[in-house]
Amino acid sequence: MTAGELCGRLPARPLCLPDPDVEIEGVYAGDLLSWVMGRAQAGQLWLTIMTNVNVPAVALLTGVSAVLICEGCAVDEEALAAAKQKGINLLVTDLPVYEAACSVFRLLS
Amino acid sequence: MKTFGYDLHLHSCLSPCADNDMTVHNIAGMAYLNGLSLIALTDHNSTANCRAFLHACACRGISGIPGMELTTAEEIHVVALFRSLAAAEACGNDLRAYRTLIENRADIFGEQLILDDEDRVVGQERHLLSNATTLSYEEAFAFCRSYDAVVYPAHVDRQSNGVIGILGSIPPFPDFSCLECRDDAVALQVSEETGHALLRLINSDAHVLWDISDDSITMTVPSADPKEPADRCFFETVGKL
Repeated sequence: MTAGELCGRLPARPLCLPDPDVEIEGVYAGDLLSWVMGRAQAGQLWLTIMTNVNVPAVALLTGVSAVLICEGCAVDEEALAAAKQKGINLLVTDLPVYEAACSVFRLLS
Repeated sequence: MKTFGYDLHLHSCLSPCADNDMTVHNIAGMAYLNGLSLIALTDHNSTANCRAFLHACACRGISGIPGMELTTAEEIHVVALFRSLAAAEACGNDLRAYRTLIENRADIFGEQLILDDEDRVVGQERHLLSNATTLSYEEAFAFCRSYDAVVYPAHVDRQSNGVIGILGSIPPFPDFSCLECRDDAVALQVSEETGHALLRLINSDAHVLWDISDDSITMTVPSADPKEPADRCFFETVGKL
């Protein structure tokens, strides 16, 4: 499943989707950026409630396929600008992290 | 009593997220133009630019404090201010054992420039400085205090990397004599709730030159000797709280 397809099937909206055709290869969920930095794998979809400017930086470093911001958290303008500049897929869902993860699991299975 | 302008939370070009124009002489020069008497350098998890910073402050005739902004394991930012360069450098060196060494990607996070006394780049910190150390919030206080530092939570009223944003409230321990908030009303509330006698600080957390505070923000501390340097006044005051 691609990031663009996921966006259509989950209740999620794209804030920034420069690469809709990238394949989602698994999921990583986490909010402590330092923790995510050393553990998320390239190609995974990263589920988080963090929305600050370092999120796109960590996404670029780890090479995740997209960031799915959960709980409908508001993304600040600086973070969105950084995502656009770095070419990061940034999606938002109103689902809590667990429910978002379950939904993604069902879609990927 | 003595009243003066201050800014005790500043990042130099050593911090990856700070502008490369944040050289120690530019910082001291801007602080001087803004009428500040006391400034502190608080780069992320490193004190490598403190020596040059103190030199630059001396050139401008303003008081400089060597400091550091430590990232705890929970990603809470804690500011440590040291009474001497030797203590700052020892703490910065010893912190290496608690850092998570991830190679810095300057294209993503920014450069981490180490300067000499004349603003010349003499090196780069190889590993990313801003990420979490393995020290918990409580351990971070104890660690920095073992170097006789004044330690307090940074930008308490900010959601990202502030103690309340991450832990939900301020734990009763460790206590602290200073508190850093952007909004003094929040600082006052925290001060009353925790019961600590706090010196409430409004610092800029500047990463670019134009964010450095001006002398509209001041602290008033007791001082018998009008010639006593501002850094000594500060440490004497917070030591008594």
